[in-house]
Formats: sequence, structure tokens, C-alpha cells
Amino acid sequence: MQIFNKSNFDFVRWRWHALALSTLVVLAGVVMIATRGLQKGVDFEGGTIVIVKFNETPDLNRITSALGGDAVVQQYGDADNRDVMIRVRRAGAETGGNLSSEVDRIISTLKSSGVGAFNATPVGTEIVGPVVGEQLRRQGIWATIFALAGILGYIALRFQFSFAVGAVVATLHDLMVCLAFLAFFRYDMTLNVVAGLLTITGYSVNDTIVIFDRVRENMRSMRRDNLATIVNTAVNQTLSRTIITAGTTLLSVIALYLFGGEVLEGFAFTMLVGIVSGTYSTVFIASAIAIILQRGKPTKGQPAAAAAAPVRPSKRRAS
Amino acid sequence: MIKNLRWKIVTILVVFVVFLGLGVYPLLVQRYNLPAPEWLKSKQLKLGLDLKGGVHLVMRVETSDALRTFTTTSSDQLREGLRTAGVNTGAITLDSEKSFKVEGVPGDRDAEFRRIADEQLSENYARSPGTNGSHTFTMKPDVESDMREQTVVQALETIDRRVNALGVTEPNISRYGQSHDQIMVQLPGVSDTSRAKEIIGKTALLELKIVESGPAPTQEALLQAHGGQVPQGQEVVSGAGGGGDSGTMFYLVRRVAGVTGADLRGASPTIDENNRPAVRFLLTGDGARKFGKVTSENINRQLAIILDGRVQSAPNIESRITDEGRITGSFTSDEVNDLGLVLRSGALPASMSYLEERTVGPSLGAESVRAGVLASLAGLALVVLFLLAYYKLSGINAVVAMIFNLVILLGLMAYLGAAMTLPGIAGFILTMGMGVDSNVLIFERIKEELAAQRPARAAINASFSRVFLTLLDTHVTSLIAAALLFQFGTGPIRGFATTLTIGLLTNLFTSIFVSKTLFELALMRRPATSKTISI
Repeated sequence: MQIFNKSNFDFVRWRWHALALSTLVVLAGVVMIATRGLQKGVDFEGGTIVIVKFNETPDLNRITSALGGDAVVQQYGDADNRDVMIRVRRAGAETGGNLSSEVDRIISTLKSSGVGAFNATPVGTEIVGPVVGEQLRRQGIWATIFALAGILGYIALRFQFSFAVGAVVATLHDLMVCLAFLAFFRYDMTLNVVAGLLTITGYSVNDTIVIFDRVRENMRSMRRDNLATIVNTAVNQTLSRTIITAGTTLLSVIALYLFGGEVLEGFAFTMLVGIVSGTYSTVFIASAIAIILQRGKPTKGQPAAAAAAPVRPSKRRAS
Repeated sequence: MIKNLRWKIVTILVVFVVFLGLGVYPLLVQRYNLPAPEWLKSKQLKLGLDLKGGVHLVMRVETSDALRTFTTTSSDQLREGLRTAGVNTGAITLDSEKSFKVEGVPGDRDAEFRRIADEQLSENYARSPGTNGSHTFTMKPDVESDMREQTVVQALETIDRRVNALGVTEPNISRYGQSHDQIMVQLPGVSDTSRAKEIIGKTALLELKIVESGPAPTQEALLQAHGGQVPQGQEVVSGAGGGGDSGTMFYLVRRVAGVTGADLRGASPTIDENNRPAVRFLLTGDGARKFGKVTSENINRQLAIILDGRVQSAPNIESRITDEGRITGSFTSDEVNDLGLVLRSGALPASMSYLEERTVGPSLGAESVRAGVLASLAGLALVVLFLLAYYKLSGINAVVAMIFNLVILLGLMAYLGAAMTLPGIAGFILTMGMGVDSNVLIFERIKEELAAQRPARAAINASFSRVFLTLLDTHVTSLIAAALLFQFGTGPIRGFATTLTIGLLTNLFTSIFVSKTLFELALMRRPATSKTISI
């Protein structure tokens, strides 16, 4: 079976359209984030989460009105578990042993308001004070920046610098698209979502490298062709791999999204969006930017890379 | 060639069996009660807090407390030194936790004052003279940072002793974050957060001080005899009243403690004369000597037993006491047990603030395990079906390589003692999806080579050697992202980074070595010019 038998799509011709579309999507995302805002979870903003197990199927509306204020009340996990997650954007004072005072307040309010019998010991709690929230926020941002810088450095070392820029721009694009979707679907930014974003960083670059690697190889076997043709050939040659890998990864992430439970939902969602966006940006954005940046420069493989990769004599010209 | 192949297969089988035994068999042992040696059981794949249930705490050691104590003691010593030398000064007051001020040094005694002060304090404090015979002493920056560091290290050691005394298995107690004063404590299997916090965060500073006057119901009443001023070398401490009096009472006590918790040799639960729970403590030889001296000098006065700055009781000293005492108060028997535990493990050098608290109940952990296993199996089934449908017989190759990868991953994690967390399971599932990428790259390349009319064996060899470079690049970049994830995250996220990293490394082995060997095996009996292969 072959998905793309000797495909020969002219991807490069569409590069300006693709760039325009991506710019539009990213801009829409920026506007969305600016107006709607990214919802920060307790990990980054500080706050209190209590998960309470009820004896009977709980009435979420009654619980919400009993707690009042800014409390967010949700069913947690499977309905059969009768677990309810309550979140408030506050934590107790950090000094002394009072950080968990919000938990006590929520439990006693629930007890006195008669919303149904429940287990007084919460099934789970998460309380993050402002100090740790700020720390995690800073760490998350720096980790993403360092990941991008590290990858940029490595690709610049192994390929030409314009390729590194192409890969990083494509990756930034994917991160922006993920953030836009997270904002649109009102997912909370949690540690797991940031882990998803960092994974997408790795995945997206991975995808791009496979194409660049092929471009580098073709540069040696297609000396008379211009860069646009070489890049387009490489994209076509690796197209079925790009689609299949995206397919298998997507399948496993779908399994994670459907069955992985409440905790991993945000992570799985980020991965779903990121994989689709990553595949698109690999094909359309990364190489387009490399071509645009390369214009006017001689197209030859980097000496270091050539030394590391023995050139095979009879490389077939791709159809 | 054939002999070479045989060795490759043997190597692969041995690796497979070893990691199957390390990673997968113990899981089955636990589930189905199979026989297994102890050492293997102890190597079982560890579960993180989010799967096993437990308490995760991040605390800040208030290192300024320790500095304040030290500065207070230093200023007290200076006062004492000046008094002995007959140098009368004005007030000596604390400006902050690291500086204090001496006022009104008489001009004719200034040289004397400087000599005494520098002799006592120049090691730790810098002195700067001000107007009207005042001098400010400020702790030197290197002394300050040493002391803060020392405080955190001590706190870490004390918490470690307390957690061990609690009997928690495999706790994790370590420094946390970039700021230097945070400590993370993870207690797997513990669900009573408030008790854990009580035990870990209690300063448990025991001080036995001679009462100068009191108890009195208010501070004003207490200080009336002294003109409303706290006399030099004394302090006011509040606490429970004696003789069944409820409500807070105030005591005027000597500032310097006769004996402190540092002199304790042991502490154990006992009962008092009214059969109420109490804590009995034993003093070290040195402590007993000090205690004997203090008590014999102060017979018929009260001795305040102060715990964390609060008077627990103030019994009358009836005779000389040496190496033993009792703390009474309105304790429950659980409180007495915990108090004994924290006294035995020593006082914390500073108070603690809680910055983050996460509790995962056992039922929530079990739910996550169920969800994780279900998602893994579903993901595995989907990917296997896809690979078999798309690559036919070669798909078996990819599936075998993938399952190998997962088995080695589990085995290595168990062997290295890395904990599996819920995000770790996500990493495991991702390894299935993304790990197949290496096989896909190779297979697609083989297809191309075959399409170019190369013989199957040559096509396979060329593909493997060419794709290796691509794999190296993709794996290195993914490892960069994984390393930063490890740096960034705590607990669960680290589990993810660990799984991803190990998965990437084992993947290089399985997709190149295992997969290629399988192809060689399939082509073994064919002529070198064979042009077909099921792919």
C-alpha cells in the first residue's frame, strides 16, 4: 500500500499562500489570547483545587450556588466516580500552616449547605501559593525559550543557519497555534499543558529535520537544480513518512485523549493540535522560510555535514 | 553472514528476556501472585505520587528566623561583656534580623567599648560608628549567606529524621527550585496531610527557663512591678495557666534558657499524675549537669517549660533535678506521640512556610492507573493495526521493534528506579507513536530504493545507513527538549521527561539493530538479487 505513490505536488509554489494563511492564523491566535486571555490553572496562578467524592450523584449547580463567588465546580473524571472538582483562585496565607485554609472553608461550606453527603476527607487537593505559582510560570517560559534556543543551535551546527531559522519559525508557529486553540477551547494552562507544548517543540522540529536532511542530501545529487526544486523534491520524497508518522502519533494521542483521564486531557489536546499544525508547518512553512532566507546564497551542502555523511554515488533523481 | 546473524539474534533475545524479567514480570507478579525472588520484587517499577497517592509539599525555610536568633544572642553577649567590664551604654536594640544598634556609649569609654565589641563580634559583624556614641553592627554578607545555607541544610536533616521516624517508605526530601531556601517533601502513601504538616513543620523548640514573676492574666499586670518595662535579660512568654486555669497567662522569664531541646537525649509518651498523656524527656550528660545546676540554684521557684515560644506548664522546682523531666498540658495521646517524635528528631532551626501542597488520595491514584493502562492498550492496538495494514509483513517487523522498545523502556525504568507517573504514561504512549517514526523513515526509504530497481538486500543496507544520520539528528533535538522538560518539571513532569528520554535512547537500539536483524532474517534464504520484499 502507498499513500502517495511518487507524489509530485508543487508545495513550494504555494509558499506565499501558506505563509499568508499561517500569518493570519497566528494573528487570529494573538488577538484571541489578547482578548480572551489564556486561562492560567492553579499551577501558574496560585489557587486551591479540592476533589470531593459524593455518596450520591451530586448536583453541580447546587454546589456552585452553595459555594458562591468565583468557585468553579466540575465533574471530575467518570460520572460513576461521583467526584467533583472545586477550584477557587485563592490559597491561604503562606506563612504559618494556613496555606490549606481554603480547603477547610470549602469543606465546611459544603457540609453546612446540605448539597448531599460526601466523604469529608478530599480525594485530592492541589494548593499552590503565589510564590510557587510565579516560580513555575517563570520556569515554564524559560524552559520553552531554552528548548527553542538549544534546537536552533543544534540545527545551525548541523545544517545551514537559514534552515535553523526555518525550523524555529515553524516551531514557534506551532506553539502559537496550540496556544490559540487552548485559549479558544478555554483549557487551563497547567504543568501538563506546558509539558505538551515542550513535546510539540521537539516533535515539530523532528519533522522539519527529516525534510532538511533530505534537502541536504539532494543538494549533492541535484547540483544543477535550484533550491526551490531541491526543497520541493525533498518534501515530496518524505511526504508519506510525514503523513504516516503524524498518523501513528495521532492515533496514540487520540487514545490518550479518549482514555487517559481528566489529568491528561489538556496535555492530549495540546498534542492533538500540535501534531496537526506541526505536520502542516513542516511541509509548508519550514522549507518556505529556508528558501526565502537562502535566496541569493550559493546552494551547497555544509562542509561539516558533508564530511559526516558519505555521499552515495548513484543517487537517483526523484521523479 | 549467517553466523553473524545468529549472534545478533541471540543478543536481541537475551536483551529482551532480561528487560522482560526486570520490567514486565514484576508487574504480573504483583497482579497474579506469581513466585519471584525478593531482589526482583524490590526492583519493581516505582509509581510516582500521582499514581500511588501521597502528599507533596513545598516549604520555605524562614532563614531570617535563624539570623534573628543569632543576632539576638550576639547582642545579649555584648551587653553581658560590657556589663562585666563596667561599660555602661544606652539601649541595645535590634534593627533587623541581621543588625543591631548600641546607643549612648560614653565618650571616655569609647576605646574600651570598641575593644570589647571588636573582640567579641568582628568575626561575624561589621561595626559602623554613628553620632552620639552610637554604633551599628551589621552581619557580614558571607556570614549571612553561610548561615542561611546552614539553616536550610539543618532543616533538611531534621525533616529527614522526622519523616524516617514516621516510617514513610521511599520518601523524597530535597532542596527545591532556584531560590535557595525551599525544600520539597514527598510522602508516598500518606493521605493525612494535616498530620504530616504538623510533624514536618513544627519547630519543636523546647526551652526550660526560670520564671522571674507570673503568671499574670495580662501583660500589663505582669509588668506593673517593673514600671511597665521588661527588665534587662528577661522576656515575656505567654501560655497556659497552671492549676486548671483556662485562658492565656503571661510569664516573665529569664531570657537565657537553662536547658534547650539540643540537650535532649530522648523523649517518649507517658502519663502525668492525673493520668493524662504527657511527654517524658531525658537529658544528655551535659544537659543534666546544666539542669542540675539551674534547679539546685532555684529551688521553690517556677520552671517554665516552653515549646515553640509558648509556656506549656510552669511547675515548682521542689528539689534538684538532673536528667529527666516531663511536659504536661492538655494533650491527646496522638499529640503526645507526635510531640515525642519531633522532640527526638531535634528542633528545626527556623520556622517553615508552606508554598505548595498537593494530595492525591489512593482512590484517585488508582483511577489514574486504570486510565493510563487503558489508554496505553488502546494506543498500542491502534498503532499495531495501522502498521500491519500499511506495511503488511514488514509491519510485523515494526511492531516487534516497537514492543521491544516498550519492554526495554519499562525494564530500564525499573532498573534505574525511575518513577512512573501519569505524564510518564503519556510519554510511554507517545513513545509508541513517535518511536515508530524511525521504522517509518527506514521503510519508506526501502520502498524508494526498491522502486529504483535495487535488489532487496542492497536496498535495505543502503536505507539503514542513510537514515541513521537523520535519526541521529531527530533524536538529539528531541533529547534537547526532553532535557529541558526534566529541568523544568518536578515529580510528574520529570517522570514524563525520564520516560521520553529513555524511550528515545532505546528506540535507537530497536529501530536500527533489532529491525535490521529482522530484515536480514527474512532475507536469509533468498538469493542476493531478490527484488521483492513485503513492504
